[in-house]
Amino acid sequence: MKLYVNQKTAYRSYVINLIAVVLVFLLLKGLMSAGIINSYVAGVCMTVMINIILAASLTLTTGLLGQIALGHAGFMSVGAYSAALLVKHAKDSGVVLSTPDGITPAGYGYFLLSLLLAGVVAAFFGLIVGIPALRLKGDYLAIITLGFGEIIRVIIENVKFTGGAQGLSGIPRLASFDVVFWLTALIIAILFAFVRSRHGRAIKAIREDDIASEACGISNTYYKVMAFTMSAFFAGIAGAIYAQQMAVLGAKTFNFLKSIDILVIVVLGGLGSLTGSIVAATGLTILPEALRSFSEYRMVIYSLALIIVMIFKPSGLFGNYEFSLTHLLSKLRRPKSNTPAAGGESKQKEVTKA
Amino acid sequence: MDGFVIFINQIINGIQVGSIYALVALGYTMVYGIVKLINFAHGDFIMVGAYVSLFSVPLLVRMGVPAWLCIVLALAACALLGVVTERVAYKPLRNAPRITALITAIAVSLLLENLCMLLFSSSSKPFPTVFNKSIFNLGGVQFNSITLITIVLSVISMILLQLFVKKTKMGKAMRAVSEDGGASILMGINSNTTISITFAIGSGLAAIAAVMYCSAYPQVNPYMGSMLGLKAFIAAVLGGIGIIPGAMLGGFVIGLVESLTKAYISSQLADAVVFGILIIVLLVKPTGILGKNIGEKV
Repeated sequence: MKLYVNQKTAYRSYVINLIAVVLVFLLLKGLMSAGIINSYVAGVCMTVMINIILAASLTLTTGLLGQIALGHAGFMSVGAYSAALLVKHAKDSGVVLSTPDGITPAGYGYFLLSLLLAGVVAAFFGLIVGIPALRLKGDYLAIITLGFGEIIRVIIENVKFTGGAQGLSGIPRLASFDVVFWLTALIIAILFAFVRSRHGRAIKAIREDDIASEACGISNTYYKVMAFTMSAFFAGIAGAIYAQQMAVLGAKTFNFLKSIDILVIVVLGGLGSLTGSIVAATGLTILPEALRSFSEYRMVIYSLALIIVMIFKPSGLFGNYEFSLTHLLSKLRRPKSNTPAAGGESKQKEVTKA
Repeated sequence: MDGFVIFINQIINGIQVGSIYALVALGYTMVYGIVKLINFAHGDFIMVGAYVSLFSVPLLVRMGVPAWLCIVLALAACALLGVVTERVAYKPLRNAPRITALITAIAVSLLLENLCMLLFSSSSKPFPTVFNKSIFNLGGVQFNSITLITIVLSVISMILLQLFVKKTKMGKAMRAVSEDGGASILMGINSNTTISITFAIGSGLAAIAAVMYCSAYPQVNPYMGSMLGLKAFIAAVLGGIGIIPGAMLGGFVIGLVESLTKAYISSQLADAVVFGILIIVLLVKPTGILGKNIGEKV
């Protein structure tokens, strides 16, 4: 078996993937300017991207670390509220964030600043939740994260500065399609790099066997908390984008069903497969929208589809498989050189992208 | 003495809600004990039980039978639903990763909720009177017959369940399967039947809880099960999931904490306090109040 580990193939794969992302971007922009994608579909695209970030961030905890977390919506809400409060404050203190023609440079600046703030605040919450919670494993961790998520929601509903049960409204809509698209691509790239880094491998080792990995000198607590905090960071960013897309926030949105929605995406896509969760996030966001004409039946169809997929494909749609464009291209070019067994193939892919 | 009377009333309320939580928590704990699955659809079994009794009460009254017999119909319907759910949705996943079964349970819960919404609309329906409501007065402390029936009925159900699990052959089989599924098969226990019976009993208890809950809060809607189920589930974890007395203890603790918080602190914060207690207990004693600490073998 041939391993592609040299620098040159790595750069080539970066370039290929970048070109692919640019092509997708140009395609979407082209469809938008041609009027084929109307503002409703563009809104769905934004939701898809938010869900991709959420699912990809939860993949860190659930796929990579192998722990079930049911409180992801809590981190999302923390991010959403901190970003919303920041931009609202900026607007109230007289900064011109957007004109009827579009978002001003100050608006873009505040948008990015709010995302950073949202990520940092959510990561801080992730840290204080993670340190005690990650002492537990499996179902107990699931329950305790559920508890923390619900507590965050109840607190947001009951303190003054978040607008209480009425929620926040009048948040400037600063999330523009272009910026969010590139942010999503950047976050996915960072996550891919992280999963394949030495830290990512350490976290995978903990997933496979925590006692053995501890014996190999991997600090379990450190890496568990690291994965959990990173996952909260990106969930916070997703929340911030959500807040500035919807312009209104209510704590009820971020209840435990929202956490479950995100978990469903991750599991359906395949645990441990980032590309799987991207595909599942896209599919599961578009499916209910596409079924809008049967709105009475859509949740029934959704839940039935979920049961059927789980029964017939318990490992999720992608399983552990990661789709790799570089690999696909080299396969197309040299169909003969690709005869190793399936197991070897997936290993090869891991190295190709490294 | 007024403050004292209010306090006693809150305690009685707490015990009433707590016994409903305990009944539901028993279903969670028995299922978890035997298949290691958090049955997220259990809360929705309560909702189905409530709908079945809602529709059976007029029929029973027309036939001239007492309305409280709707418990029997609800019990049978829920037990059947539990067994069918297990056979169709959970059994194929018994050897799959645990999270897959968890997601399937969530999907079953969504399916039941949305089917009921489709069939009966999402608006709340009033629940008919099943038990006569008479009010007793005991030295200034007021409580009604529904409170009394709820507490008595749930205590009887718990005692019967304990006797069943401890004294009968089937109960012994249940304990064996939950201890070691593989070994119990080798001992000639039909583990599939045992698991089905566990689901039937757990769901049946949910049906009893449904009738009691609807008598106290006479409203039925497709979402009534989710929060009730979540609280009961917390009760099960608090007491030590998989342990039957633990579920009862957890149920009463959650019920009391909730009603005292509502009375003395804030009704909005009641959920947060309940979750806070859960977190503290899990951090101090990760397997719950009555849980045994099983060491990890390398």
